Amino acid sequence: MFNGFLGFFKKEFIQIFRDKKSLLILLGIPTIQILLFGFAITNEIRDVRIAILDYSKDNTTKEIISKIVSTNYFKLYKMLRNEKDIERAFQTGEIKEAIVFSQNFGQNLEKFGKANVQFINDGTDPNTATTIIGYTNSIIGQYQNEITRTRQIPLIITPEVKMRYNPELKGVFLSVPGLISIILMLISAMMTSISITKEKESGSMEVLLVSPIKPAVVIIAKVIPYAIISVTIATIVLTLGRFVFEVPIKGNLILLFAEITVYVIMSLSLGILISTVAKTQQVALFISLIGLMMPTVLLSGFIFPIENMPIWLQPFTYLIPARWFIVIIKNIMLKGSDFSTILNETLVLFLMILVTISISIKKYKIRL
Amino acid sequence: MSNNFAIKTIDLTKKFGNFTACDNLTFEVHKGEIFGFLGANGAGKTTAMKMLSGLLSPTSGTAKIADYDIYKESEKIKKNIGYMSQKFSLYDDLTIQENINFFAGIYGLSNKLIKEKSEVVINELDLKKQQNKLVGSLPLGWKQKLAFSIAIFHNPAIVFLDEPTGGVDPVTRRQFWDLIYQSAERGLTVFLTTHYMDESEYCNRIAIMANGKLAAIGTPKELKESNSSSSMNDVFIQIARGKNYV
Amino acid sequence: MRQILLIIIKEFKQIFRNRILLPLIFMMPIIQLLILANAATFEIKKIKLAIIDNDKSHISKNFAYKLQSGDYFKIIDYPNSIKDAEKLLETNSIDLYIYIPNNFERNLAKEHTEKIGVVVNAIDGSKAGVSFNYLLNNIASYQSELTKTFGNKINLQIAQSPKIISNDYYFWYNLNQDYKIYVVPGLLVLLITIVGIFLTAINIVREKEIGTIEQINVTPIKKIEFIIGKLLPFWLIGMFELIFGMIVARIVYHIPVLGNPLLIIGFASIYLTLVLGIGLLISTASQNQQQAVFISWFFMLIFVLLSGLFTPIENMPPLVQNITLFNPLKYFIEVIRLVMLKGSTFSDIKLQFFMTTLYSLVINSIAILVYRKSS
Repeated sequence: MFNGFLGFFKKEFIQIFRDKKSLLILLGIPTIQILLFGFAITNEIRDVRIAILDYSKDNTTKEIISKIVSTNYFKLYKMLRNEKDIERAFQTGEIKEAIVFSQNFGQNLEKFGKANVQFINDGTDPNTATTIIGYTNSIIGQYQNEITRTRQIPLIITPEVKMRYNPELKGVFLSVPGLISIILMLISAMMTSISITKEKESGSMEVLLVSPIKPAVVIIAKVIPYAIISVTIATIVLTLGRFVFEVPIKGNLILLFAEITVYVIMSLSLGILISTVAKTQQVALFISLIGLMMPTVLLSGFIFPIENMPIWLQPFTYLIPARWFIVIIKNIMLKGSDFSTILNETLVLFLMILVTISISIKKYKIRL
Repeated sequence: MSNNFAIKTIDLTKKFGNFTACDNLTFEVHKGEIFGFLGANGAGKTTAMKMLSGLLSPTSGTAKIADYDIYKESEKIKKNIGYMSQKFSLYDDLTIQENINFFAGIYGLSNKLIKEKSEVVINELDLKKQQNKLVGSLPLGWKQKLAFSIAIFHNPAIVFLDEPTGGVDPVTRRQFWDLIYQSAERGLTVFLTTHYMDESEYCNRIAIMANGKLAAIGTPKELKESNSSSSMNDVFIQIARGKNYV
Repeated sequence: MRQILLIIIKEFKQIFRNRILLPLIFMMPIIQLLILANAATFEIKKIKLAIIDNDKSHISKNFAYKLQSGDYFKIIDYPNSIKDAEKLLETNSIDLYIYIPNNFERNLAKEHTEKIGVVVNAIDGSKAGVSFNYLLNNIASYQSELTKTFGNKINLQIAQSPKIISNDYYFWYNLNQDYKIYVVPGLLVLLITIVGIFLTAINIVREKEIGTIEQINVTPIKKIEFIIGKLLPFWLIGMFELIFGMIVARIVYHIPVLGNPLLIIGFASIYLTLVLGIGLLISTASQNQQQAVFISWFFMLIFVLLSGLFTPIENMPPLVQNITLFNPLKYFIEVIRLVMLKGSTFSDIKLQFFMTTLYSLVINSIAILVYRKSS
C-alpha cells in the first residue's frame, strides 16, 4: 500500500515540476506581490496636487501659500483665477484639493483678528480627503500660532504615543499575514480542486480508482505536493518580509509553521470538497474563484477591517478560514503570542477541517 | 500540372530541437487510394500527418497535397482536405445537427446544401432520433462515425484520419471501414494512421515508419512477400524490430 | 463574415448550455456589487478604546466622556493596570488604550501641563495613524474647552486679541463622505476585467485541451475570423455586465452618473478589446487551463494593486507610478470616476482614450501575430 502511495506521489511531483511555466509563476506570484505590497502600497500622503484661488493676493496669503508648498505633502499644480476654474481642475482629475482665500484676507486678520480660508476637496475618496484636510489644517494652524506669539494655550495635555507592534506604521506588516493566507488558499484549494477535476475530466481518475490503491490514498498523494509547495511559498513570503521589509517574527517559529500546516490542511480539504462537486476544470475554477478566493480577499479582514463592515455582513466572515488564520499568524508573528491566546482560533480551524472532510467523504460515497 | 498523385512528398523532415520526428520522408499517394501509415507509438506517424494537414510546418523538404504546395498554398489545401484527429474533437456540448452546421459552415457550404446533405448523412448513420441530442451523450463508436462524416462533409479530395478506430469495439470498427470504402469508391483519397495490424490489410497500400524513417512501402501483399511472412503482424515486428536494433 | 457569425453562435450556445458558467457570469455582478461594495470600506469609526484612569478625578472622567460622545471612539473597558490593558490589546479586544496618571487634575492645575500615555495597536499602520489623528483632534478640542471652564476656576490668564484663521471645508462630489461612492465605480471596472481576462483565457485554452482547436485549424477559416468570432461574445457579455452593473449601482447605492453614460460605454467598448486581447495572449501562452488561470491571476493581481482602486496612485513611489502607465485598469478607473462622479466630458479624458486605444492596438496586433494555426 505504501509503495502504491509513493509511486503515485512521485508521479504528481514529476507532473508539477515538469510544468516549469506554472512553477515559475507559482513562486513568482508571492515574490512580486510581497515586493509590490512593501514598496508600492502606502497610505502616506505626498506630492498631493493642489490648486489655489487667491482673491486677496497680499503678503499673508503669499506667506501661507509658500508654507504649504514648501512641505513634501503638497505640490502646487495651478493658480486659479475664478470659481469656475475649480470645477474644471477637478473634472480633468488634475487636483485633489483647492484652497480658496477670501478677499482682504490679510487685512481682515490684522484688523478683526479673523479671516477665513476654504478647503475644497475631491471627496470621491473620503479617506484621502480627510487626511489632506488634516495636513492642510495643521500647516495653517502652525502659521496661526507663529503670528500670535503672544498667545499661549495655557492648559496642555500632551499625549505620549507608542505605536505597539509596528512603530513605523508600515503597511507591509499587515500584508505579510494576509498574503500568506490568500496564496495558500489559491494553491492548496484552487489548484488541487482543478488538478483533481482534471483527472476526472480526462478519465484517468477512473483508471486510478479501479487500481488496488484506495481512493483516499490517491487523493492524499495528489494533494501532498501542493501542500509542500504551499509551505515553501509561505516560507518565501516570511523570509522576504523579514529581510527586505523588516517584518519581525516574534513568536515561536515551530508554532508558526504548525499553524500554517493546519491552515494548509484546511485549504486542501476545501479543494477536495470542490472537486467532489465539480465535473469540469472550468467549474472547479469558478467555484474556487467566487466561493473561495473572493471571500478570502474581501471578508478575511486582510484588506478591509471587519469591524467596519455592516452588521449583517459580519457573521459571514466567521465562515472564512482565513479570518481565523490571519488573527493567528498576526498574533504569533507581530505580537509574539503563545498558543493559549490563539487556542480558540485554532480550534475553529480544526472544526472546519472536520466538517469539510466529512462532507467530502459523504459526497464521495454517494457518487460511488 | 495535373497528375495521378493526391499526395507527393520529397525529403519531408520535421525536427523538434535535436529530435528528428520525421526523417526525409519521400512517398506518393495515388488519387482514390486508401493509404495506411503504420508504426509503433512515437514512430512519427502523427507528426507526418500533421505536416500534411497543415497543423505543423515542416523543417525541410517539400510536399504537394492535391497539387497544392504545402508552403505556398496551405489555405487552398485546407479547403480540399478533411481531418479527423486521434482525440475525438467535435463539441460535446453542441448537438449533432449543430456540430454539422458549424463545421460545414466554416467550410463555406451554403445553408441549403448543409440542410440537404445533413439529412442524407444522418439517415446513413441512423442518427435521426439523436439529431438534436448533445454529442457528449453519444457512445464513442457513434461519435467516431459522426466525426468521420463531418470530416468529409465538404467533399474534400483527401481525408486524413489519425488512428480513427482507437478504443472502438470490433463491430463499430467494421462499420467504420464500410464508411471508408464507400467514400473511397466515390473518389476520395483516404490517408490514415493505425496500429491495428488487421486494419492495415484493408488498405490499398501501406507505409511502415520506424524511428522517424520510412522503413517500407507497398501493398500488403508485396510487403508480406518481400519479408516472407504470412501476416502483417510478422512483417511489422520484423521491420520495426530490425530498425530498432540498428 | 459568415464564418465569424458561426463561431459567435456556437460560443453563445455553449455558454448558455453551461449550467455553472452561465449563472456565474450573471451572478458575479450582483454578488460583487452587493457584498463587495459593503465589505470594501476603509471607513474608520467606532475605534475600540480602553482607559486606565488612575486619577479618577472630575477632569479625567469628563475627558473619557468627551471621547465617547463622538462617532469615532467607543470605550470598551476601564482596566486597572497596564498589564490588563496590554492583554486587551493582544487579544484584539481594543485598538488603543490611554493611560491617565494619578494627580492628573492636580498637576494640570499646578503646572498647567500634564502628560498622558497612548498605546496603539499599529499592525494596521494606516488605521493606527488615522485613529491617533482623531485622538489628537479630540484632545485639542478638549484642551480649549478645558481652558475656558477649568482655566476660569484656577484663574488662568488668557492672551488678548488672538488672531484666528477659521476654515471651512467641503467634500465635493461626495458630500456625505460615503465610501461606496468611491469604491463602486471602480468595482464595475474590476468586474468586467475579471470576466474579460479569465473567460477569454480559459475558453480558448479549453479548445486546445479537448482537441477541437485542431479540427478548426485544419479548416480554411482565417485566424482573424476565428479570433473575432471567439472574442466578440465575451465583448458583448462584458458590455452587458457593465451596463447591468451601472443600473444596479444606481438603484441600490444611488451612485450618481453626472456625466454622459454613453461616454463610459464608449470607453468600455475600447477597453474591453484591450482586456480580451490580453486574455487571448494569455491563452496563446498557456498549454492548459490551470496554467491560464495562474497567469491570469498573476496579472490581475498586479493590475488591481497598481490601479488606484483602493490605494491612490499618487502615494506610490515615482518608479512604481511609471509602471502604472502600463496598467489598463488605471485608465478605466480614472475615466469611470471622472465621468460618473465629477461629470467630466470627452475633452477631459482624451488622454486616457488615446492611451487605451493605442494599448489595445498594440496588444491585439501582438496577440494576432503570435496566434498560430500551425506550429
